[in-house]
Amino acid sequence: MATHHEMSVIDSASRAQQAFEEEVHGEKMIINMGPQHPSTHGVFRMVLEMDGEEIIQCWPEIGYLHRGDEKIAENMTYTQFIPYTDRLDYLAPLANNVAYAYAVEKLMGIDVPERCKYIRVICAELARISSHLLGIGAMSMDLGAMTVFLYAFQQREKIYDLCELICGARFTTSYTRIGGLANDIPADFLPMLKAFLRDLPATIDEVDKLLTRNKIFVERNKDIAVLSKADAINYGATGPILRASGVEWDVRKAHPYSGYEWFTFDIPTGTVGDCMDRYLVRMEEMRQSIHILNQAVAQIPDGPVNAPEAKVLLPDKTAVLTKMEELIHHFINVTQGVNAPVGEIYFSAENPKGELGFYIVSKGGGVPHRLKIRAPSFVNLQLVSKLCKGHMMSDTVAILGSLDFVMGECDR
Amino acid sequence: MTPQAAVEKLQAKFGDALGAPVEFRGEISVGVAREQILAVCRFAHAECGFDMLTDLSGVDNFGDDPRYGVVYHLYSIADRCAVRLKVAISEDDLTVDSVESVWKTADWHEREAFDMFGIRFRNHPNLKRILMWDGYPYFPLRKDFPLAGLPTDLPETAVDADTVRTSPMLGGPFVAPAASRSSIRREPRQVDTPAENLERLNNPTKQEQV
Repeated sequence: MATHHEMSVIDSASRAQQAFEEEVHGEKMIINMGPQHPSTHGVFRMVLEMDGEEIIQCWPEIGYLHRGDEKIAENMTYTQFIPYTDRLDYLAPLANNVAYAYAVEKLMGIDVPERCKYIRVICAELARISSHLLGIGAMSMDLGAMTVFLYAFQQREKIYDLCELICGARFTTSYTRIGGLANDIPADFLPMLKAFLRDLPATIDEVDKLLTRNKIFVERNKDIAVLSKADAINYGATGPILRASGVEWDVRKAHPYSGYEWFTFDIPTGTVGDCMDRYLVRMEEMRQSIHILNQAVAQIPDGPVNAPEAKVLLPDKTAVLTKMEELIHHFINVTQGVNAPVGEIYFSAENPKGELGFYIVSKGGGVPHRLKIRAPSFVNLQLVSKLCKGHMMSDTVAILGSLDFVMGECDR
Repeated sequence: MTPQAAVEKLQAKFGDALGAPVEFRGEISVGVAREQILAVCRFAHAECGFDMLTDLSGVDNFGDDPRYGVVYHLYSIADRCAVRLKVAISEDDLTVDSVESVWKTADWHEREAFDMFGIRFRNHPNLKRILMWDGYPYFPLRKDFPLAGLPTDLPETAVDADTVRTSPMLGGPFVAPAASRSSIRREPRQVDTPAENLERLNNPTKQEQV
């Protein structure tokens, strides 16, 4: 007689399902990312609430690099603050110098000569290329493509050489002065810049070939962290992030300063607003910057670089040593600072990361009453918690890379 | 819409709540009554096309009365025009309505103004310190705060037992001998972990015990 046993052996899939329902589901884990995580590009910390691999919530924490720049600014003259602007977006110090100089000049009502404007445009565009090269290089390195980073740094090294040539420093340039520049560009600067502009497009094309149609890179970036037009504006995003979301807005076109109206260039915009678009916008911006630089090199006029009528710059050394008035002028400018009118201004410039604005309240005298720095990275970084939501843990690397922020500027 | 037209439109709507516009270097600033700022911002956003809040900043006019101020830089992307709104806040009642419901970007800006000046923004979703650490006792951008700073106690931790279940320290954070406790026992859990799991946390099964 055959005996019959009923047996139920569940397969591994059912076991996994059972385990999932019992243990994983509904259980959230808090993960700390940073402040020393390499993809946070500085000291930026995120607290992530995870459900498995999915990010449910993200709380960004900033302030690790807070140095109180705005407080410091209230305690020194306008000129003395120039070196502090180097340390805002330290990947593009020249652009910060330019923006700050124009802000104070707007307060004082000074117009700088044409040659100065051209040199400042060259500075700002070199800074943009330098910053974007690093932004794309670091983003791709975080996603696993080491080569691009090295190619980018080779070119950035040349930009640092150019910085060294015009002001003696590679990183902390402090090149502009209120009403002009520290010095005119040396004779061998323009030939060297021309040589650099000849070399650079090949590198950008190479990066293009390595990344733009690279399957891994595209998969990691396409449709990740999509930012709609309305959200981008509502969150106050500026720079490549705003443009990648399809808003054609650039301070250089909307409110031309430094003679940007003399140059022809396009504003690249994205259509989707995902990480890939932000990368593509940066790539195209570098090409447009090269285009601007070529025009600047071809058209740069001769003449003085400092505003002649303004008593804001230090006088010539021989004049100080031979003339009483110039000696007094020098003494007053160094000890008390340049006397600014009473009033308040807001000036913004298109920096590589976005709109860098300075809101200056003056109550007269040589020291600002309040100097607020509207840092693009600070505003753009707010998007992190919105963009990360619903994505995988590993996507945060792509998202942070595509936002391209600098903590020196964010924390000030 | 030009800035002048926008200011006129606001004046027609709000009348006395707005002060006389001041122009300096081609920029227009308008004072706004503190109680009306949210209504003015909402109207400017919806009706005047100011879709972007470029900047929001606190100001300390030490010695004046009212002492503090909040400055809003409104911008319209379509019209390429900017208007500055200014609210004066007295020292006795350091509060003003939050405009976070109008522009999301105001969130961090208002936290910064609170952090630096101690201005409280009513109905802000998450008004806590942003650049200084939680528990810092001063407001550094006030004019009576010295540049050299003031000594404070060590920073308080951002998380405590009420918000997060910290990991048991087996010789250090997240350090456990292999094949000891399960991850449920070792890693921090949020308090809203379902009740049955909490139950297991507190009463581990034999397998989960060391």
